[in-house]
Amino acid sequence: MKKFLTAILFAPVLAFAAGPTLHLDRAPDKANDMAALQNGAKIFVNYCLNCHSASYMRYNRLKDIGLSDAQIKDNLMFTAEKVGEPMKIAMQRAEAKVWFGAAPPDLTVIARARASEFGSGADWLYTYLRTFYRDEKRPSGWNNVVFENVGMPHVLWELQGEQVMGADHKLTLAKPGKLKPQEFDAAVGDLVAYLNYMGEPMAEFRKQLGVIVLIFLAVIFVFAYALKREYWKDVH
Amino acid sequence: MSKVNAILQGTLNWVDERFPLTSNWKAHLSEYYAPKNFNFWYFFGSLAMLVLVIQIVTGIFLTMHYKPDAALNASGVPVAFASVEYIMRDVSWGWLIRYMHSTGASAFFLVVYLHMFRGLLYGSYRKPRELIWLFGIGIFLCLMGEAFFGYLLPWGQMSFWGAQVIVNLFSAIPLIGNDLSIWLRGDYVVGDATLNRFFAFHVIAMPLVLLGLVGAHIIALHEVGSNNPDGIEIKKKKDANGIPLDGIPFHPYYSVKDIVGVVVFLMVFSVIVFFMPEGGGYFLEYNNFFPADPLVTPPHIAPVWYFTPYYSLLRAVTYPLFGIDAKFWGVVAMGAGTLIFAFLPWLDRSPVKSIRYRGPITKWLLSIWVVGFFILGFLGTKDPAYKFFGFIPGAPIAQLLSVYYFLFFLTMPIWSSLDRCKPEPDRVTMK
Repeated sequence: MKKFLTAILFAPVLAFAAGPTLHLDRAPDKANDMAALQNGAKIFVNYCLNCHSASYMRYNRLKDIGLSDAQIKDNLMFTAEKVGEPMKIAMQRAEAKVWFGAAPPDLTVIARARASEFGSGADWLYTYLRTFYRDEKRPSGWNNVVFENVGMPHVLWELQGEQVMGADHKLTLAKPGKLKPQEFDAAVGDLVAYLNYMGEPMAEFRKQLGVIVLIFLAVIFVFAYALKREYWKDVH
Repeated sequence: MSKVNAILQGTLNWVDERFPLTSNWKAHLSEYYAPKNFNFWYFFGSLAMLVLVIQIVTGIFLTMHYKPDAALNASGVPVAFASVEYIMRDVSWGWLIRYMHSTGASAFFLVVYLHMFRGLLYGSYRKPRELIWLFGIGIFLCLMGEAFFGYLLPWGQMSFWGAQVIVNLFSAIPLIGNDLSIWLRGDYVVGDATLNRFFAFHVIAMPLVLLGLVGAHIIALHEVGSNNPDGIEIKKKKDANGIPLDGIPFHPYYSVKDIVGVVVFLMVFSVIVFFMPEGGGYFLEYNNFFPADPLVTPPHIAPVWYFTPYYSLLRAVTYPLFGIDAKFWGVVAMGAGTLIFAFLPWLDRSPVKSIRYRGPITKWLLSIWVVGFFILGFLGTKDPAYKFFGFIPGAPIAQLLSVYYFLFFLTMPIWSSLDRCKPEPDRVTMK
C-alpha cells in the first residue's frame, strides 16, 4: 500500500515533463564574476538604459560589484547627477508607447519576472537577447524567437550582426557583426549576469548569511536537545 | 540573597492581589497537565503560534515602509509595487523582513494543515473538544482571508488578477452578485480603492479576529485538556492529588520539548528564506514580479499553493443547476470544501478516536483522501487543459477527486461506525 501511495504522490511531479515547452539556452553562471558583472553593467547602461529604466536600483549600489563611487560617476552615469540616484530615464512613457506600441518596462526585477517552469529568468533573457532575427513584416524590422512580435528592435545588432529565420525554423547569421558569435554570447552572458544581480542585489549576501544562520541554529539545536533529554529522562 | 527574594516575592504578591498572574501561570503552563505521549504531530500547534508572532512582528515593520497606492510613479511603476522593492533594497534588513513575511505565509498554512491533519489522525475534534475544533476552523478561515488580502498588497500581476478572479466569484451569486462584487472592490475593477481596503483588512481587521480566535482556541483547550495519540482521556485516571497519572506539566516538559521543535522549524524556515525565497515559484510567483497591469491578462492565473485544492473544487463544477450558472455552484463547492471540516465532530461516529485503534476502512479512505487533496492541489496550480504525462486529462480526475472529497465527509457517519476497531488501552502508550 505504501508503494502504491508513493507512486500516486509522485505522479504529478513526473508529469511536469509533459505539456508545451519553450526551449531556453542555459545562461552561464557569473554571479560571482565581478569583471563580468561590471562589463554587464557597462553594456546595460550603454544599450538598455536609454529606453528602459531600472528605477529601484541606485547607481551607488554598484559598489556591490566592486566599483567605486568615482568609477560609477565617471563611467556609468550619463544622465543622473548624484551617485545615490536611481537609474531613471528621460524618455516619456506616453511617447515611448507611440513609438514602440508599448512603453518599455522597468528592468530592475526583469530577471525574476521572466523565470518560469522552462528555466530561470536569466535563461529566458540569455535566449531572448540572442534570438532576434530580421522580419520585414514587423514595424521595427525585427522579430524574436522567445518573444514573438516583440515591440523592441534588436538593440545589440551592431554587435551580433543580422540573423535570419530559415524555413527549418533555425536562425543563421546572414551578416556578421562587430563581435564573433562566441564573443557576442559572452557579452550577453555578462549583461544577463548583471540583470540577474540587479533583480536581487542582496542574493549573494543572503546565501552567505544563510550558512551562518544555519550553523548557529545547529549549535542551538544541540543545546536544546540536550536540555530536553535532561528534563525528560524521568518520563517513561 | 534572601533580601532580593523577599523583594521579588513582595512584588509578585503585590501583582497577584491585583491581577491573577501566578494563577494564570499555573493554569496554563506550570500546572497544565498534558499527556506525556505527544509525538511528532504535536509540535505544530506551538509552531503555528510562533509563525503568528513572526508574521505580526515582520508585518509591523513592513507597514512602516509599504505604501498601499496603485497610482503610477514617474517611471510608470505602481507606487505599491515600487515600495516593496524599496523595502527589498533600501530599507536596512528590509529584504530579510519581507522574505520572512512572504515565507511565513506559506509556513503558516503548512503548519496549520499539519496541525489539522493531526486532529484528523487522532480524533482531536471529538467530544469534548468540539469547540476547540470550531475555533480552529475559524482560525483557518481567517487565515485564508488574511492570506488573500495580503496577497494583493505587492500589487504584482498575480496579486491583481488573483484578486480580480476571486472577487468576481461573488458576482456569480444570483440577483445581488454584481452589486456585491462592486461593493467588495469599491470600484468596477480591482483598483486603488480595493488595494486600500485590503490593506486595512490585512493589517488590522483580520489580525484582530485571528488573535481573538487563537485566544479562544487555547482557553477551550486548557479547559478540557489535550487529546493525545491514543485518543483516550488522561483525566479518567488521576492520583490522590487529582493530577492525571499520564499527565506532565506543560512547563517545563513541553516548553523545553517545543524549543527543539522551534529550532528544527527555524532551520527549515531559514533554508527557504535564505536559499530559495521564491520556493520555486510556489511561495513567490514569478509573474508577480511584473507590476499589476489591468490591460494585460496573464495567460494562466493560479492562486498560491495553499488555496489550490479549493480552486480545483471550484473549477470541477461545470454544470449549471436549477437555471443558475455553473460558476455559482463552483463557488458553493469551494465554500463547502472549506466549511465541511467544521462538521467533523458530528460526522465521525467511530467508537474510538485515534487512528491507532481504528480499522482498515478509515485508514484507506483517509489515505486516499489525503492523496486526493494533494492531487487537487497540484491540478489547481495548472491550466484546466493540463494532462498528466501529456495524455491523461487532469480535469476529469479533478472532478472525480472533488466528488470523493465530499463523499468522504458525507458518508463518514456510515463508514466510521462500520469500521472494525481495536480496543483502546487503559493508559497512554509511549511509542
